[in-house]
Amino acid sequence: MDQKNTEDSLIAHVIKDPNIPDMRLSGLEPLIVNENTGFVNIGERTNVTGSRKFAKLIIDGNYEAAVDIARDQVENGAQVVDINMDEGMLDGEEAMVRFINLISVEPDIARVPFMIDSSKWHIIEAGLKCCQGKSIVNSISLKEGEANFLQQARRIKLYGAAVIVMAFDEQGQADNYERRIEIAKRSYEVLVHQAKFPPQDIVMDLNIFPVATGMEEHRRNAMDFFLATKWVRENLPGAHVSGGVSNVSFSFRGNNVMREAMHSAFLYHARRAGMDMGIVNPTMLEIYDNIPKDLLELVEDVLLDRRDDATERLLEFAETIKDKGGVKKKEDKEWRSWPVNKRLEHALVKGITEFIEEDVEEARQQVARPLHVIEGPLMDGMNVVGDLFGAGKMFLPQVVKSARVMKKGVAYLFPFIEAEKQEGDESKKGKILMATVKGDVHDIGKNIVGVVLGCNNYDVVDMGVMVPAEDILRRAKEEQVDVIGLSGLITPSLDEMVNVAKLMEEEGFTVPLLIGGATTSKIHTAVKIEPNYKGAVIHVLDASRSVPVVSNLLNAEAREGYIQQIREEYDQMRDRHRGLQKKKNFVSLTEARAEKFSTDWSQRQVKKPGFLGTRVFSQYSLEEISQYIDWTPFFMTWELAGKYPNILEDEVVGEQARILFDDAQAMLHRIINEKILEARAVVGFFPANTINGDDIALYAFEGNTEDRSKATATLHHLRQQTKKAKGREYMCLADFIAPTESGVEDYVGAFAVTAGIGCEEMAKKFEAAHDDYNAIMIKALADRLAEAFAEMMHEKVRTELWGYEPEERLDCEALIKEEYKGIRPAPGYPACPEHTEKATLFDLLSATENTGITLTDSFAMFPTASVSGWYFSHPESRYFGISKIDKDQVADYARRKGMTLEEAEKWLRPMLD
Amino acid sequence: MKKNEVLQQLLKEKILILDGAMGTMIQNYKLEEKDFRNEQLEDHPSPLKGNNDLLSITRPDVIKAIHQAYFEAGADIAETNTFSSTSIAQADYKLEHLVYELNYQSAKIASEAAQEFTAKQPHKPRFVVGSLGPTNRTASISPDVNDPGYRAITFDKLAEAYTEQIRGLVDGGVDMLMVETVFDTLNAKAALFAINTYLEENNLEIPVMVSGTITDASGRTLSGQTAEAFWNSVSHGNLLSIGLNCALGAKELYPYIREMSRHANCLISAHPNAGLPNEFGEYDETPEQMADQLKDFVSHGLINILGGCCGTTPAHIRAIADMASQFQPRTLQKEQEAAIV
Repeated sequence: MDQKNTEDSLIAHVIKDPNIPDMRLSGLEPLIVNENTGFVNIGERTNVTGSRKFAKLIIDGNYEAAVDIARDQVENGAQVVDINMDEGMLDGEEAMVRFINLISVEPDIARVPFMIDSSKWHIIEAGLKCCQGKSIVNSISLKEGEANFLQQARRIKLYGAAVIVMAFDEQGQADNYERRIEIAKRSYEVLVHQAKFPPQDIVMDLNIFPVATGMEEHRRNAMDFFLATKWVRENLPGAHVSGGVSNVSFSFRGNNVMREAMHSAFLYHARRAGMDMGIVNPTMLEIYDNIPKDLLELVEDVLLDRRDDATERLLEFAETIKDKGGVKKKEDKEWRSWPVNKRLEHALVKGITEFIEEDVEEARQQVARPLHVIEGPLMDGMNVVGDLFGAGKMFLPQVVKSARVMKKGVAYLFPFIEAEKQEGDESKKGKILMATVKGDVHDIGKNIVGVVLGCNNYDVVDMGVMVPAEDILRRAKEEQVDVIGLSGLITPSLDEMVNVAKLMEEEGFTVPLLIGGATTSKIHTAVKIEPNYKGAVIHVLDASRSVPVVSNLLNAEAREGYIQQIREEYDQMRDRHRGLQKKKNFVSLTEARAEKFSTDWSQRQVKKPGFLGTRVFSQYSLEEISQYIDWTPFFMTWELAGKYPNILEDEVVGEQARILFDDAQAMLHRIINEKILEARAVVGFFPANTINGDDIALYAFEGNTEDRSKATATLHHLRQQTKKAKGREYMCLADFIAPTESGVEDYVGAFAVTAGIGCEEMAKKFEAAHDDYNAIMIKALADRLAEAFAEMMHEKVRTELWGYEPEERLDCEALIKEEYKGIRPAPGYPACPEHTEKATLFDLLSATENTGITLTDSFAMFPTASVSGWYFSHPESRYFGISKIDKDQVADYARRKGMTLEEAEKWLRPMLD
Repeated sequence: MKKNEVLQQLLKEKILILDGAMGTMIQNYKLEEKDFRNEQLEDHPSPLKGNNDLLSITRPDVIKAIHQAYFEAGADIAETNTFSSTSIAQADYKLEHLVYELNYQSAKIASEAAQEFTAKQPHKPRFVVGSLGPTNRTASISPDVNDPGYRAITFDKLAEAYTEQIRGLVDGGVDMLMVETVFDTLNAKAALFAINTYLEENNLEIPVMVSGTITDASGRTLSGQTAEAFWNSVSHGNLLSIGLNCALGAKELYPYIREMSRHANCLISAHPNAGLPNEFGEYDETPEQMADQLKDFVSHGLINILGGCCGTTPAHIRAIADMASQFQPRTLQKEQEAAIV
């Protein structure tokens, strides 16, 4: 009772003054701080006083790596970047200017506002003079007297920045409640009344001090901070409150279990008291509800100053877990002794499947109906997971592991529920139908979204891949779904999505339509899909966005406003797009051909390939292939941002990246040892010459003898046509092959490789065992192996099979950076974006017979872990994008391909308009 | 009533019309190198033709006639001929020493024209706004691709140059100041820093306008900001108005003005180009076409001050003024209501 009162009395009741606007910060993009913003996370890793790593980079002059730290921070969710160069070894002013100038030209960093952090006024001023956006100064105070404070405030106002004010005055730092509010009040009044500083741009740093130091005068450090925060928010209109949270646990340095618990408990109370910005290290934060109850009580006794012996008791407890190595073990065993509901939550959050069945059984015996176990402890646990993921405190691989635990638990209960014959889904928040559209077979992303939505208590109806529009609509009606989600990876899928939208409109659907997948984009959704369907159409960038989108759509109150907001945004995008259209300038195809990439063919010696025709490689050693894996995209699949191998050491995602990488290695080991997957390839070389500008004719051959009078096939290519600066070439892949009239005998290569034979079967087995984590894992690995196989074959082709670079020796990194001669463009990708050419490629190689790869109606390859394309040996050949083409080229292409204009437009649509 | 109060009152009642392009009009005079020289500049070593701001000293008759033509066409506000009158931009012509005089004379000529018309038509008082251009250097973008940390100009140098310009303009009698054609928000912040410092030190109250430039359909300034981020960055400047001009025609500018109007709590201005340039770099949108497109702006209640930039002529301004006279200016209250709904 008493405790409840104390806690309630710490909640701030902020009354918004209608005359005070919102705090408006900006980098390249705006950041509004108001009651809807939530807690603003300030990144602190670009601070030489807080990060030894960053300090070393700056002192060593390694600014490039220092910039990467800023980028990582923003990518990992920092909404403001704090920059501090206060270090004795540095010229702080010069370092501040140089660093801001460097990050200002990086759009993915500069999009957020900067916080100019220094104890030296001249460094602050130098920093402000480099920021085009609206920054925050950290910090000024009354320490040197009112005149000085006023002068600095006026300057900051002139520069156009917000300001953090430290609770510090001529007498020293505020260290109790009365001093904090006294200084805050005085600072605020001087700022607002004398400097005419906008009240919404004032942030009070009310000094977070360590607790549990053993000194009597520190007892109320946290409590006074909470109370002062509440006072500021209730009495100084417009002002915000910030602070550096890690200070509070200063006396437990080296004991991360204690520190994390303290940070999170502190933040919980501080936010309720009105602290709305702050420096928080997300990796140093235990989940509030996950803090063991006994520890939490001890921590809160200290923070809220509830007992005279609070500090002694907390220190005593800390002793028991001080032995760092012992911490985990103790925890590991200990959680098994918790009550069953707590155990289930723990298992879900930590992704532990080991005990799930016995725990679920125990829980089942305690409730009236088996369904209650799902609705109760399991769902509660998943809600915790959902919240943590939403708050950026858990990462995707962890969530997928949590889902695995959930599915196993539900699977165990399923027979009991069936036996009871209860209709079981009333507790679900809504039903989402998901499908990869007709012609497309890619489903990793869709499966991840399905898992994430499932975790958040949505009922997901997954129709799988290659689903025709009619089937999607029929099922949507039968199941009465609330939302339909479409996914696709290859470009023809974009058209199919438009088709689904049109059909939905015709059949009078009104449910929201979500669009996702690698090839989709917000702009495409806005311009091409949304106008076809009157219901809401929303592009979902990645799995982590799917939950807020769906929850907004299914929330009766938020729905209308949210849809309206999206519509307006898409409306604006369409307006802009129209503007862009007008500017798109084409040159005629004839002009483009006249300015093609040219080669002095009389100087070019083309190496004749080692053989003509095809060669097949089956059951290729996966071990050898695995040496060529580029791991960075693997982490991207799991939505962990960062380059391999640096990502393993990343401060934010490093731990999860390491766990994921270990799991991947273990799976890879299994794949190789148990021969779960099989790799097959076919490569071929053909006599070739360019004809009519943009086509490549292939000629007959018998053994090694060529007959260039007899053409056997034609490869059709597209040429860049958007207007370029004078002297720039309009590229076409055919330019890399000698034209007939040059008299040079040239060759083109082709390949199709797969590492996905057996993948689908294995993934299905995992799915049947409710193990989405490994189902996604094996697909992701098969994709990587296929790419690695393509890279490896290319090397083999260059050095051996074609042999035009016999001396080439490159390491894996150089391969990833493509530091070699020759290219291997794939149909459907930017240099040759038209997919039907894959049919010719497959014919030439008899790829289906030789490798087992098949093509869908939209020319997607199955298994999905496959790569196919052309080889060009021209030493200056390079990758480029066709971008957009004009009508004359469409007509010309249709004629060359023997297609009707309509057909050609269909396949070229992504390159049109 | 003081002139500032008259202005504030008028802005509540109607949409005020800003004049059109200066450069386009000067081109019609087919001026030669000799027109850009006077006795004092007879032996100046660098060529001066093309330094249009200099005409305020060497051919004040031309500049005044252009101001008169725009007032005649219905403009309420003339912009001074000082787009490049900073020591930074004048360095190209080695005329840094003339900066104060350029600004002073330009302000004086425009004020004289305004006074004439106000005397003739007391019901329609005319105003002069001192134009502060972006200079030819950017403070937050590196001109050297190999050295992204390099800057060709600093905040301090910009603020210093703008202060000199402001002094000339204010001494010459402008009613307002406008930081315009902002490519790089940091340049504009330096200008605002200079203006607000100058006004405070001299205890003056002169309304300040800011007008940015969205470079292309990306919807961003050259330095990369969205329209809303741009407003956030200059909102500290105690502004009379915020707006956009140049680079785009009215049609292309519309979405960004709409965005700005949603967020800004001061007046809104727009002075777009006469469409997008054709293949010859000329602007060929007719007065009727342009006025018709700008109708969207005013009929949606987005605008307080409207005018033209590159390629516009007195005929354009007349068409715009006629069209705008039938509509009410944007009111802040309306915007806030809209935001709540």
